[in-house]
Amino acid sequence: MVQFAWLIPMFPLLGFLLIGLLNKRLPVSLSGGIATLMVFLSFVVSAVIFREVAQDGSVPERVVLFDWISVGDLSIPFSFLIDRLSVIMLMVVTGVGSLIHLYSIGYMHHEQDHPRYFSYLNLFVFFMLLLVLGSNYIVMFVGWEGVGLCSYLLIGFWFKNIDYCNAAKKAFIMNRIGDLGLLLGVLLIYNTFGSFGFREVFEAARNFPENSEAVTAICLLLFVGAMGKSAQIPLYTWLPDAMAGPTPVSALIHAATMVTAGIYMVVRSNVLYVLSPGASEIVALVGLATAFFAATIGLKQNDIKKVLAYSTVSQLGYMFVALGVGAYQTALFHVITHAFFKALLFLGAGSVIHAMSGEQDLRRMGGLKKVLPITHATFLIGTLAIAGLPPFAGFFSKDEILAKVWEHSPIMFFVLAVTSVLTAVYMLRLYWLTFYGEFRGTQHQKQHLHESPATMTIPLVVLAVLSTIGGFIGMPEVFHTPHYLNEFLAPVMWKVNHHSASETFEFLLMGISLALLLIIMFATYNTYVIKNVMPEENDKDLQGFAKLVANKYYVDEIYEALITKPLNGISSFVYKFIDQGFIDKLVNGTGTSLNGLSGVLRFVQTGNIGGYIFSMVIGIIVILVLTMIL
Amino acid sequence: MITLLILLVPLVASLACLMLDQAKVKVFALGTSLVSLGITVYAFTLFNNDIADQFLVNYWWIQNLGISFKAGMDGISILLVALTNLLLPLIILTSFRHEYKNANTFYALILFMQFALVGVFTALDGFLFYVFWELALIPIYLICLMWGGNDRAKITLKFFIYTLTGSLFMLAGLIYLYLQTPGSHSFDIDVLYNVTLSPVAQTWLFWSFFLAFAIKIPIFPLHTWQPDTYTDAPSQGTMLLSGIMLKMGIYGLIRWMLPIIPQGLAEWGNTAMILSVTGVVYASCMALVQNDFKRLIAYSSIAHVGLIAAGVFALNLQGLQGAMVQMIAHGVNVVGMFFIIDIIQRRMKTRKLDELGGFANNSPIFTILFMVILLGSIALPLTNGFVGEFLLLNGVYQYSAWMALVGGLTVILGAVYMLRAYQKVMLGEPHERSAEFTGLHQTEKIVLVAIATVIIVTGIYPKPIIYVAGPAIEDILAHVKDIY
Repeated sequence: MVQFAWLIPMFPLLGFLLIGLLNKRLPVSLSGGIATLMVFLSFVVSAVIFREVAQDGSVPERVVLFDWISVGDLSIPFSFLIDRLSVIMLMVVTGVGSLIHLYSIGYMHHEQDHPRYFSYLNLFVFFMLLLVLGSNYIVMFVGWEGVGLCSYLLIGFWFKNIDYCNAAKKAFIMNRIGDLGLLLGVLLIYNTFGSFGFREVFEAARNFPENSEAVTAICLLLFVGAMGKSAQIPLYTWLPDAMAGPTPVSALIHAATMVTAGIYMVVRSNVLYVLSPGASEIVALVGLATAFFAATIGLKQNDIKKVLAYSTVSQLGYMFVALGVGAYQTALFHVITHAFFKALLFLGAGSVIHAMSGEQDLRRMGGLKKVLPITHATFLIGTLAIAGLPPFAGFFSKDEILAKVWEHSPIMFFVLAVTSVLTAVYMLRLYWLTFYGEFRGTQHQKQHLHESPATMTIPLVVLAVLSTIGGFIGMPEVFHTPHYLNEFLAPVMWKVNHHSASETFEFLLMGISLALLLIIMFATYNTYVIKNVMPEENDKDLQGFAKLVANKYYVDEIYEALITKPLNGISSFVYKFIDQGFIDKLVNGTGTSLNGLSGVLRFVQTGNIGGYIFSMVIGIIVILVLTMIL
Repeated sequence: MITLLILLVPLVASLACLMLDQAKVKVFALGTSLVSLGITVYAFTLFNNDIADQFLVNYWWIQNLGISFKAGMDGISILLVALTNLLLPLIILTSFRHEYKNANTFYALILFMQFALVGVFTALDGFLFYVFWELALIPIYLICLMWGGNDRAKITLKFFIYTLTGSLFMLAGLIYLYLQTPGSHSFDIDVLYNVTLSPVAQTWLFWSFFLAFAIKIPIFPLHTWQPDTYTDAPSQGTMLLSGIMLKMGIYGLIRWMLPIIPQGLAEWGNTAMILSVTGVVYASCMALVQNDFKRLIAYSSIAHVGLIAAGVFALNLQGLQGAMVQMIAHGVNVVGMFFIIDIIQRRMKTRKLDELGGFANNSPIFTILFMVILLGSIALPLTNGFVGEFLLLNGVYQYSAWMALVGGLTVILGAVYMLRAYQKVMLGEPHERSAEFTGLHQTEKIVLVAIATVIIVTGIYPKPIIYVAGPAIEDILAHVKDIY
């Protein structure tokens, strides 16, 4: 069955072509159905292959489709790698993917342009599957850039709004900055190990000395790519803006799948990162900084999707910290649980927005618990999962990260622990403000409040179930149950630190985090529900740190002032005064001065065609005569 | 025989155009260009990858001077001939909705241009090469002069003198080279390849050839004729110039410079490399601030060919393979891009970015095709641009990682200026006049669909191009490596 792995990306590609080509000729209701079916079929094939790989195979298998680029000794086959890492990613992408496709049918039914939306969404899944299936860095890069394109197309789905278009453009360009880093890293890999293939590179790397310059450079360059795709400092500012796209897109691309590509890539390259503790440390530090700063920004956002976006940036930071300390499986564990609960939260937010006739501002919501019972219940589960309440999924993966970080560096542990407190605060703030208290929207909005249709609530329920039980695949050692995920992933990992924290520490950690969480729940309930404290209507009223945070530390403004403006300014200046001014003038000047000197050239410049051709012919004859004499 | 046929069909057709009825000349020109394309396809079926210089014709032209009419094709030549003969019918089709005055002359010149271009790509005699090189200048000059924009007299004159100056340096170099040949002298390429030259002579020859080719390509800072000429020329002229003619310069580097003066390259290649990658960044930055869409693409073209030239100067297999793939990709994509501009300009009477916007609503097909061509030119994987750019960067990387980093900035900057242009033209609220933007006509659809198809097919399956070019490139490199 593994040999049929090509079917997995083929279905969504087929869906893209079918919906894209038939377009308006397709009955309106059908395009969503086809798109969902295609991803679901991929899910089925993935599941079958997953079973097979889980049962017998630690042996990774390569499926070669065709010879893509080969020049001399460089050979890049278009081929897939089926191993335990890729099948897990397949399950997440196609599983969460089909749920979000299904949800989209309900969410987008008011929209005009169904076929465009669903064809892009299918195309995204196709590229995402290439990304995780590729058996070499170049095929992975195909998926990597492809998902960036789809992200661009879907963020700018409502292309009449120029702000949305700018957000889309920003996402693509920031990703491209990362992509250049990735591409250079990949070229360095080829020039160091002589191949682009995962298997060949890692085999060669195993015999490499630790801390060699080349490997460190490779790791850092690959990480630049990850910064772009997975929204880490300094390339994270596109992700909050990307919320301009339809909400299911935010759930699928900007939370559950695409943005975790950077983590997948580092996990895939774990052999290289193990060899470079220096680069790994940088990964951890950047992840830590991102996790912390994004969480502080999340505290003061009032747009429901923006809060979730910063939360995503922050959670991705968590994952990079895990990668940096060498806990690759743990990072992947968090990728999986995060895919469940963050997709759930985004879809829940979508359901709220849907009910609120497009309103996204927390200050206009409130009291939605009664009207949106299913959305409320599932959203609560998502909130508890991300906040880290046992036994919800987020608890296990987050705890594992914290435990691993503790062994690496207590200071980092401390910062990360504070970050998880902040996470709980901003998520519960969001939850109370949305579902409790009085309704604060307009009369018009109030009349239209309704629970979402089944196509939207079914995915919510499924994801809620996954967010509840998903953590059991990786129970902490103190419970003396097998860590299924670690066992499953063992064959694709090289040297993993299997040190686990002491039992006392584990219990202490769990106890403290549970206690803290309960305190935060009570405190935020007290603030936002009992005392009914509302966020300021106007950001200008804010003071000091709150103002800084609400304005996202002015990072966008700083980039604008330091990069965008100077680049355009200098280019304009050079264009006007150097390109058109100096160089061109110099050329014209040479012509003019020659013209002044030479009578022959004056004849040439009469603009008479006959003259030119005549002179050319004469020239040729002169040359012939000259050569004869010589 | 095939080589002669490929040369003669456009030449005869060109003369016939002059005698035809105005109304029929378009269709006739299209028909003959399709015949040329057919012959090229047939040549591919006969092409044997193991033999150099196939379809050879060799007659004495001026025997006592050692000048012969020697023409043939290896992998490099046949690919560029294929590019020429593929683009020609498309370029002619793009003119179908134009009514040019003196249509007979117009199409006769286009076909004559085809003749000269094919001549440049097949000539295997230095003198013959030079003759075709200069012949190619005449029709394009006339096309720009007679059907160009308002400033045409001044701009075309500058273009003409600029490129002619370059050619004269090449001519001087060729004659010098000729005089160094043993015995009774010869312009035969095989003889020229084996001339022994002193290091000083190699330096002089390097610069004389470099000037000629660098102006044609153009390489920074010899580029200032290009944006003016591209902007002012009629659409088909711009397409001929950017799609095919600038490849003469790259081809000249590969065929007539690398094997002949490897030592000159060893000494000065680094300078050329630096100029090339500087041009990539420089021209990209210039493209960022253009408001005229056509001028923007003109600058982007300088950036793209800068990277191609860098790949050539890297003097390795991947760089040269990248150059071959990218020459074809760039030719196809840039013709597509200029046609898109033509389509917009003909409907809206402007190509200023700040006067456009909101067309995505009017024609979904146009939107998609524009997007595909854009993706090709920003080198998204699975388009033709990616294969070329990837190989080029890999080749340049092997030469110097820093050069690859600087040249690689095109990955970012290309996205910045292309997406800006796309957004300004297609996205946003419908423009007050955008209702005037009507859907695509049949011929327009054919051209754009053909181009989009080539972009994706050669992006997914570039193997034939790489396969055909391989042995010929290795031959060239063997001459370079001899010296080291």
